[in-house]
Amino acid sequence: MTSRNLFRIALLASSMLIAGVANAKSLVYCSEGSPENFSPSMNTTGTSFDAARPVYNKLVEFEPGTTTPKPALAEAFTISDEGKTITFKLRPGVKFHSGVNGFTPTRDFNADDVLWSFDRMWKPDHPYAKISGGSYDYFNDMGMPDLLESITKTDDLTVVMKLKEPNAPIIANLAMDFATIQSAEYADFLLKKGTPEQFDQIPVGTGAFSFVDYQKDAVIRYKAFEGWAGKPKIDDLIYAITPDPTARYAKMKANECQVMIAPNPADLEAMSKDADINLMSQAGLNIGYLSMNAQKPPFDKLEVRKAIAMAIDRDAILKEVYQGAGQKAKNPIPPTMWSYDDSTVDWEYNPEKAKEMLKAAGVENLKTDLWWMPVQRPYNPNAKRMAEMMQADLAKVGIAAELVSFEWGEYRKRLQAGEHQLGLLGWTGDNGDPDNFFFLAGCDKDGKPAGQNISKWCDAKFNEDMVKARSLSDTEERTKIYQEMQKLHHDGVAWLNIAHSTVFEPVRKEVQGYKISPFGSHEFQNVDIAE
Amino acid sequence: MIWFLLRRLALTVPTFIMLMFVTFMMIRLVPGDPIEVRRGERGITPERLEQLRHEMGLDQPIWKQFLDYVWGLLHGDFGTSIVSKTPILHEFLTLFPATLELTFCAMLFAGLIGVPAGVLAAVKRGSVYDQTLMGVALTGYSMPIFWWGLILILVMSNTLGLTPVSGRVDLIKFYYQPVTGFALIDSVLSGQKGAFGDAVRHLILPSIVLGTVPLAVIARMTRSSMLEVLEEDYVRTARAKGLSVRRVIGLHALRNALIPVVTSIGLQVGTLLAGAVLTETIFSWPGVGKWLIESISRRDYPALQGGIMLIAACVIVVNLIVDLLYGLINPRIRHAK
Repeated sequence: MTSRNLFRIALLASSMLIAGVANAKSLVYCSEGSPENFSPSMNTTGTSFDAARPVYNKLVEFEPGTTTPKPALAEAFTISDEGKTITFKLRPGVKFHSGVNGFTPTRDFNADDVLWSFDRMWKPDHPYAKISGGSYDYFNDMGMPDLLESITKTDDLTVVMKLKEPNAPIIANLAMDFATIQSAEYADFLLKKGTPEQFDQIPVGTGAFSFVDYQKDAVIRYKAFEGWAGKPKIDDLIYAITPDPTARYAKMKANECQVMIAPNPADLEAMSKDADINLMSQAGLNIGYLSMNAQKPPFDKLEVRKAIAMAIDRDAILKEVYQGAGQKAKNPIPPTMWSYDDSTVDWEYNPEKAKEMLKAAGVENLKTDLWWMPVQRPYNPNAKRMAEMMQADLAKVGIAAELVSFEWGEYRKRLQAGEHQLGLLGWTGDNGDPDNFFFLAGCDKDGKPAGQNISKWCDAKFNEDMVKARSLSDTEERTKIYQEMQKLHHDGVAWLNIAHSTVFEPVRKEVQGYKISPFGSHEFQNVDIAE
Repeated sequence: MIWFLLRRLALTVPTFIMLMFVTFMMIRLVPGDPIEVRRGERGITPERLEQLRHEMGLDQPIWKQFLDYVWGLLHGDFGTSIVSKTPILHEFLTLFPATLELTFCAMLFAGLIGVPAGVLAAVKRGSVYDQTLMGVALTGYSMPIFWWGLILILVMSNTLGLTPVSGRVDLIKFYYQPVTGFALIDSVLSGQKGAFGDAVRHLILPSIVLGTVPLAVIARMTRSSMLEVLEEDYVRTARAKGLSVRRVIGLHALRNALIPVVTSIGLQVGTLLAGAVLTETIFSWPGVGKWLIESISRRDYPALQGGIMLIAACVIVVNLIVDLLYGLINPRIRHAK
């Protein structure tokens, strides 16, 4: 071969390489922080879940952009008539990522991986139970240890989950990130190598993207994986860790990233006018509320709670605090959720009537505290301003409210202990099941408020209904019960519903197929970039 | 010289012990703990809280926690992050090169502009140039960093398109594993064409923002120090000898005027190492300042404690270097010691 031919071949090869690089589609997502690790079973933050989600799958997953669970690693599942046995038929031929951290899988995904993943969170003698701290908050919070009787396999592609009692929300629970399925073979590989802690730092899964690299506080890289659901439309997925929302927006404008998390509310107007940006929005799966401690006089009196509900001008709060990006709430569950009762008649704003009701209840010159959260949340973008507005409203009906706040962890702990009289808090749904909201006003069997019930409001019928609804699998029947519970919640003023906020997500105009998740999560397997 | 060094090093030991004790106690005086902060709206039952506190050793008496920490430190163990479960030293060493690189570039920017500007202002004392420069320096000194960073991004990146908005590398065009942690070096080592230029472009805005306040300080200090030195007898003598203005200023005056400036640079470097938080946040710069702030908000006690100790060690080293430089610039100090 002559040198000229060699040169030609080299030129051709390099131009093919360049063409390959140029043709590779990359999507940069401006995230806001570093993940704690890449094992969702151990995490509690959206940032960490977002970082692990491209790599993994669950038995069931939420249809993108909805709260509806659909089969994923389990291609089908059946629930027994008494509601206590769920049989998962696993998808055959599902491959794990190969070549990550020197690991080459020798087998496809099977029931052992499912058992391994749940046992790690459940059984203290599991070889990985204590690795990386061994705290499985979500698994415990969703009541799984109390609910699970057993998880067994009948063959490589069949898993049977037995429950101690029927539980309708279980399928939605299993679509949550904590129930991610990880590779038992990879775990063994690392255990033999003597580096089990790498399991949570260098993830191997069955997801649409395989893990490439993570540089703390800087970047996470993934590449497309042709797995069971097909190859994603983009080749490289890059998370650019960008903590400041204004900098994220500047990066979007400069096309340094194409999707960003959590825009600054002050930038929304500019974004909506920006020709390069598509400002997507969706009603948030959340509720911001004012808790009135029903165990502390005078808020133990229903009439007083009703008077407070009528004394507060929530329309003004919606305009000022949410800048109109939200909806006044009349129920504890958002209107996008099934079983929402639109017939609820909301409390009217009527300070005069509120004053009369307070007088009738024997409450005059009341002094109270009013707690505001020290953090910004999707359901409450500015708790301090909200508290100030409420303080002014309460003053109009003769109530002197003193504003109180603490460091966030301390604030939550003290609210849970019931130290407050009036306090602001809220909730963002985890799994789209109404039970995931109603439990916030629940009490235990002895009639004592459960941990998340900061209003300390206990209603026997409400609790009875909640337990009953969990045991039913028929959605229509559950809907009836939940509508009844919304009535009880409203009439008993379990708390004052303030607003369901709207969630915004700016994406570049070139981005196609991106859907906002009601849970605030970010998924890219169906996303494409226009040429 | 060696005795001087050893004496200075010995003096750092009590400083370290005091620092360790004070930070350990202060961190734990802040309300909230790592478990509660992590839980958010979800809350936690008192029993589970107790169990987790026990697992993390947070239920031990504080003196025991302190002694355990000191014991670990004596064995070179800075502890493990409560959040990421990785060793503190590893996290620090991963992030520190980015901070060091940014600090170096910021100081280079500040020094290269600040010193000549200060000298010129002193030489042309009272002129329009002097007054303008000092006005600008005062503005720079009082510049709100966050605002300044965002304005620069808006103008330089979004409007003119001259520099990237943030980060250390163009994530789509280049990909290389960090070898040294310094983007300028790693980009060269990667062998990718254009990577070094890209790394330089990413450093421009954060260096200007971080270097603005030190620039103002250096310019003002150089000016006042020069003015003082220019009045000295030896400068007058040098002038009387008929030496050129350049030689008088460059050799006789500037060398002596730089002594307080070098001290100030040393102190500034110390401040920048830990204080680049805002710049690191605006420019998504993966350094230790941002890491420390996040550790505070997450109550990651070991990360915070270890980070402070390691930063303190760096500041002490920088101050030692400054002391040594002192001797080089001014032989009288070297001989006196």
